[in-house]
Amino acid sequence: MLDRIGVGAIDDLFDEIPKALRIDALEGVPDALPEMDVARLAGARAAADGLPLNFIGAGAYEHHIPAPVWALVTRGEIYSAYTPYQAEASQGTLQIMYEYQSMIAGLNAMDVSNASLYEGASALAEACLMAVRAHRRSKSARILMPATVNPAWRQVARAITEGQGLKLEAVPYDAATGRIDPKSLEQFAGEDITAIVVPQPNFFGQLEDADALTRWARANGALIIAAVNPVSLALLAPPGEWGDGGADIACGDAQPFGVPLSSGGPYVGFMACRMEHVRQMPGRIAGRTVDTEGTPGFTLTLQAREQHIRRAKATSNICTNQGLLVTAATIAMAMLGPEGARRIASASMTNTRKLCDKLCAIPGIAPLFARTFFHETAVSLPRAAHEVVERLAHDNIVAGFALGEEYPEFENALLVCATETKTDADLDRFARALAHALT
Amino acid sequence: MSSYPADLRYTKSHEWLRTLQDGTIEVGITDHAQQALGDLVFVEVPEAGRHLAAGDACAVVESVKAASDVYSPIAGEVTSGNPKLATEPELINRDPYGAGWIMRLKPAGGAATETLDAKAYEAVAAAGG
Repeated sequence: MLDRIGVGAIDDLFDEIPKALRIDALEGVPDALPEMDVARLAGARAAADGLPLNFIGAGAYEHHIPAPVWALVTRGEIYSAYTPYQAEASQGTLQIMYEYQSMIAGLNAMDVSNASLYEGASALAEACLMAVRAHRRSKSARILMPATVNPAWRQVARAITEGQGLKLEAVPYDAATGRIDPKSLEQFAGEDITAIVVPQPNFFGQLEDADALTRWARANGALIIAAVNPVSLALLAPPGEWGDGGADIACGDAQPFGVPLSSGGPYVGFMACRMEHVRQMPGRIAGRTVDTEGTPGFTLTLQAREQHIRRAKATSNICTNQGLLVTAATIAMAMLGPEGARRIASASMTNTRKLCDKLCAIPGIAPLFARTFFHETAVSLPRAAHEVVERLAHDNIVAGFALGEEYPEFENALLVCATETKTDADLDRFARALAHALT
Repeated sequence: MSSYPADLRYTKSHEWLRTLQDGTIEVGITDHAQQALGDLVFVEVPEAGRHLAAGDACAVVESVKAASDVYSPIAGEVTSGNPKLATEPELINRDPYGAGWIMRLKPAGGAATETLDAKAYEAVAAAGG
């Protein structure tokens, strides 16, 4: 091929990049391996995870994935991570994106959704950047980022936005409730705040007073970014209906619908907004239209926001989407329907309440916060939570997330989650193992 | 065939300027520019009170397959953006020098972008500038 295109060596293709900017070798990246060796290595790594009984959530949630989801996703017609370059030639892909957007917009009670982003953390970062573009009267680029937002998401949001001049400012939580006290926002009253992030449920599993926080933001001229778990929306008020007038932007991770935990990814970020902000939304948007003969069809729309047209002034450098995971999430949501999603949400909520009761019946264990949680909650143990997590790993149980890793004030606190995948026998096994670990 | 009214001034970046009776300056894009862009689907106009320097990007005009910035030819404070363009961006296609005006601003003096008369601008447009 090099002969054919008149290039002497592969390296000549990179002549445009100055020598000083090139890296000859990537540290820690091993040499190529034959397929057989790769399969063996990957298999061994996967087996090392075992098949533990899992009670960790902390941003990624184990739900039952019906067999048709991945059987359909892996069909040749749609087995691709990419938006096709000649998008309109792939009507099936565009229709899936359109259906996905419709479901995400519906779940969030927002006007419009994009075709997805990488995962929840970068979706939140993009939402912050979008808020700064959308709020033209605000000059401060200050975003209130409560400490109850997933710490990994906060870290990613900071890494992506700080170089672009955004100032993410912490809002403390009330240690008794594990929620933001809306009164604590009064310290920012009268200041130029571009937006506030409202996590629902928050990282502790607790339900924030989303209505009060939304009303405060409206009254103080700040936009509202909702960071939500899509499964919870089957039961909780959607961001579009919070407070007076709802949130401006909703984002999160659609992983709980059809995407396996897979040791941390790939997942799928979602983002939806009110129509007035749509031109500031990053990412692709599929639309429905009719062709010159009046036949309904699908198309990519509002492309003038994107970098292939707007160049340096595009709303974002994100021009791809998580096509494969979107397909899985769309099929999973379609199979569940609103009723199925409600059943999963309530079963998870009920199971976590049962689990909390069983754990708190063990001497020395107590709820960390008031009982206002969705499907995840923190309990305080009589000793360091990370030690207990290590102990239970020997019983093939993933006990939960040791909060002390991110919140030093909660060294003894364990964040646990029991979705609809857990039986009463599973909950009992966990409680017994935990009681034993504490003796 | 594009038209270029003789009573306006023009910029090489395809804006026109009209001095109104009260001394404020009205700015829009030329007939040549709207034809090159095609049917406009969205226009973002600046908010009243915004202070612009000459050459600042002050508005965005967007068609189905292209988007362009509009630059303020002079320094000044925006007194109003055309509110009708929010719902009727096609006004720029239909009447670029009238109902399709983009913003009005109170000049602040100081440096301005070089402006051309209709004849000189016509030559720029004809040359494909």
